[in-house]
Amino acid sequence: MAMSKEEMNINFMAARKPLGILSIALVVISVILLVTRGLNLGLDFTGGTTIVVKSPVDVELSQTRADLTEAGFGDAVVQHYGSPKEVNIRVAPKDSVDADKIGYVVFDALKAGNSDLELLKVEFVGPQVGDELRDESGTAMLLALGLMMLYVWFRFSNKFGVATVVALFHDVIVVLGLFSLLQWPFDLTVLAAVLALIGYSLNDSIVVADRIRDEFRNTRETDPEAIINGAVNQTMTRTINTSLTTLLVLVALFFFGGEVMKAFSEALIVGVLVGTYSSIYVVTNVLFMMKVNKEDFLIPEPEELDETP
Amino acid sequence: MTRYPRWKFFLLMAALIVCGLYALPNLYPDAPAIQISHAEAGGEVTDVARQRVLGALEDANLSPGPGEVVGTSLLVRLGDTEAQLRAREIASNLLGDNYVVALNLAATTPQWLRSVGASPMNLGLDLRGGVHFLLQVDMDEVVTSRMEAWAGNAKLTLRDAGVRYRSVDVDGTTITATFADQVAADAARSPLRRALENFAMKPAGESPEVVLTLNDSALKEMQDYAVDQNRTALNKRVNELGVAEAVVQRQGSDRIVVQLPGIQDASQARRILGRTATLEFRLVDNSVSSARLRTGVAPPGLEFFPFKGQEGRIVALSKSKIATGDQVIDARMGFDQQNGSPEVNVTLDGDGAKRMQRITGKNVGNPMGVLFIETKTDVQKSIDADGNTVDKMVSTTEKYVINVATIQDTLGSRFRITGLDNPAEASELALLLRAGSLAAPVSIVEERTVGPSLGAENIEAGLKSMALGLALVLIFMAVWYKVFGLVANVALLGNLVIIVGIMSLIPGATLTLPGIAGIVLTVGMAVDANVLIFERVKEDLRRGLKPLQAIEEGYGKAFTTILDANITTLIVAVILFAAGTGSVQGFAVTLFIGILTSMFTSIIGTRAMVEMIYGRGARAPAKLSI
Repeated sequence: MAMSKEEMNINFMAARKPLGILSIALVVISVILLVTRGLNLGLDFTGGTTIVVKSPVDVELSQTRADLTEAGFGDAVVQHYGSPKEVNIRVAPKDSVDADKIGYVVFDALKAGNSDLELLKVEFVGPQVGDELRDESGTAMLLALGLMMLYVWFRFSNKFGVATVVALFHDVIVVLGLFSLLQWPFDLTVLAAVLALIGYSLNDSIVVADRIRDEFRNTRETDPEAIINGAVNQTMTRTINTSLTTLLVLVALFFFGGEVMKAFSEALIVGVLVGTYSSIYVVTNVLFMMKVNKEDFLIPEPEELDETP
Repeated sequence: MTRYPRWKFFLLMAALIVCGLYALPNLYPDAPAIQISHAEAGGEVTDVARQRVLGALEDANLSPGPGEVVGTSLLVRLGDTEAQLRAREIASNLLGDNYVVALNLAATTPQWLRSVGASPMNLGLDLRGGVHFLLQVDMDEVVTSRMEAWAGNAKLTLRDAGVRYRSVDVDGTTITATFADQVAADAARSPLRRALENFAMKPAGESPEVVLTLNDSALKEMQDYAVDQNRTALNKRVNELGVAEAVVQRQGSDRIVVQLPGIQDASQARRILGRTATLEFRLVDNSVSSARLRTGVAPPGLEFFPFKGQEGRIVALSKSKIATGDQVIDARMGFDQQNGSPEVNVTLDGDGAKRMQRITGKNVGNPMGVLFIETKTDVQKSIDADGNTVDKMVSTTEKYVINVATIQDTLGSRFRITGLDNPAEASELALLLRAGSLAAPVSIVEERTVGPSLGAENIEAGLKSMALGLALVLIFMAVWYKVFGLVANVALLGNLVIIVGIMSLIPGATLTLPGIAGIVLTVGMAVDANVLIFERVKEDLRRGLKPLQAIEEGYGKAFTTILDANITTLIVAVILFAAGTGSVQGFAVTLFIGILTSMFTSIIGTRAMVEMIYGRGARAPAKLSI
């Protein structure tokens, strides 16, 4: 192991200003991307049809596209699905009464050109259901963020509460921004990942914020920067180790979990990395901006009782 | 230092043993099987049928199991899926229409485990393959057709009461009866009020009319009834498909979820579920001249329909319905006891029977027709402006008469339709009558089909990533925290056993692919609690505390932080469960259970083990391996 097992003392706060600017830039860029480019919403939210077919031999996508155009589905999106033998075809919602049968029409059209095709998966989501799922998912995300804020407000004093919530929004916005930038598909499983990330990100920030608060109360040091730096150092091994174990399982999921789990693990891998960074730099930067100092802790808070073992 | 409380050891051991026991069935993979049940609900599989099937399967060298009775059906285990498919062929050919033969998976859980109620986890459709449909009931259609029936009822009432009316019209949920003068309108009020008790009557006004509006509660009741009626009808159809463990459930106010695990041919399922058919019994008017029939323009009060299977034959039916398909409780083929000719025995519900009795009583000797209304969808090829061929989906409603029979006597709740040419026609008519009992048209608004091979791939992918993720975490913890790391690892494995045990114990819990991801994620996050504790212990050691004190302090101080961390994720899991659907809910469930169990194992579990290792010696340890 490269890391020393003795007490760490690295001046993390030295890089705080440039990283603060970086964070602001990332959030601004993400918001711009989300507004202008939007998310590449998956089938769950847009409605439409997706089918996955498997062939015993490698499939030439150009041939598949040609077959589809001939059958009147020129606008279908055709991609390999995990392997060159499997193809994912997505057809936008059509305004016909029997949109629900498109998957089978597409499959029949493809089968005419390649009789060995096997139909692995058909997903059809009606436009109305898609709209509902989108609304419900948006509500769920806002509800999760709202409840987290409520919990933090209940759990922390003002400045620390603000710092952890800012870190939380930072993480969610940057991850969504990346999904917008790379146009990764955003479906229900990714939404699940983002919600899981909301829990994870806050958890990470709370651990750091908790320790900073403890340090402010217990140390004789008066310089806020030194106190915060000390707290970050003390929690650093924990922060890295927890992120590492979570990343280990996510990487396993990314490589072996199949196509369905790919976007899910991508969202969480990025989220855990951003969340780890933000729990150190965003939380502390916000605390500095609000000029946190020892005087904030002169009145002991009721929570202190819980913390004595 | 204080000794660790004994009851916590016992709690731990008890949790591990109980969950371990209930997790065990998951180690026994399901065996392919066929399930044979009687086509009639509640009917049992006779011994004769059982002997014949087992004999035939034996003859075909499929080496079937002895066959077990599950509820009212017979489950026969087979060696592999190929034998299973052949066995279904053989059994369904042998038994004919009286029995339904379905492919199923039989649990191979040993008897002693089954006797304590242990069974493997339910697998979601994404893991075992199958079809998920979300069907929307067309409520407008329900309201329209019901309102028309009530309008018909109103006309009958007026005729019975001897009140002449100009017209009875339906608009939305309002029926307006118009009369020649106020006297007639006043005379109509009280019989109409009695006949249509679910309606609110508008006070008499200037114009000679009676306006009735359906109550909101009656409207809601009608919609509820329509959805439930549909659910029941779908259930019947799903049973005819012969799917084991199928789910037909109401969702929200106007939707129905149908899940068919293990279905191989999704398009067949769609044809049966997606087809909407209703039927109506109406009086036939034979007085219309054949010349008039050919013009296709029906006189007032009548409608013309083609007769199915007889080219060019047109039947004139009265516009008012005697009974509709949703009033058909049952329809079965039978034979006349006197001359042995085929017939269909129909059973109507109370309302249907009442109307049937009243109308047929006045029309003995007149013919009655059965009108079948089917909504079908076809693909039409057309050429668009750019000269490309375009497939266009066209939905067509076909209405045709499937049977005309003379009313021999006043008919009640049970009657026979005779005059059928052969048994095949009778059995077809019975099937159509049964299928026609869908109360309202449904459309598929969501479908998710996973082929069985993809399901198997998903299971493999899930297990593989879980095994790899787990192995990496175990190695990391052992290297970084040495003995304490091993302790955390044992707790982590115990945690997995408990999660699987609880998932198997909760009857409604279903494991999906995102659910596996939830378990994998829990594995990664569960050690967080131990990392927090161990880092605190290390810190306290550095500060010069004695080992046992450091352990005590570390566990104590880390506790609130751990609680905070887990509560946030628990909140998220609850929201996900409430907002998500199907497979995402599976994620929420495993995440929720995993967080709770991991708190248990990684705090109480590791503490107990640490006590056993370091706290039992006569002297306090001088050093910790952490």
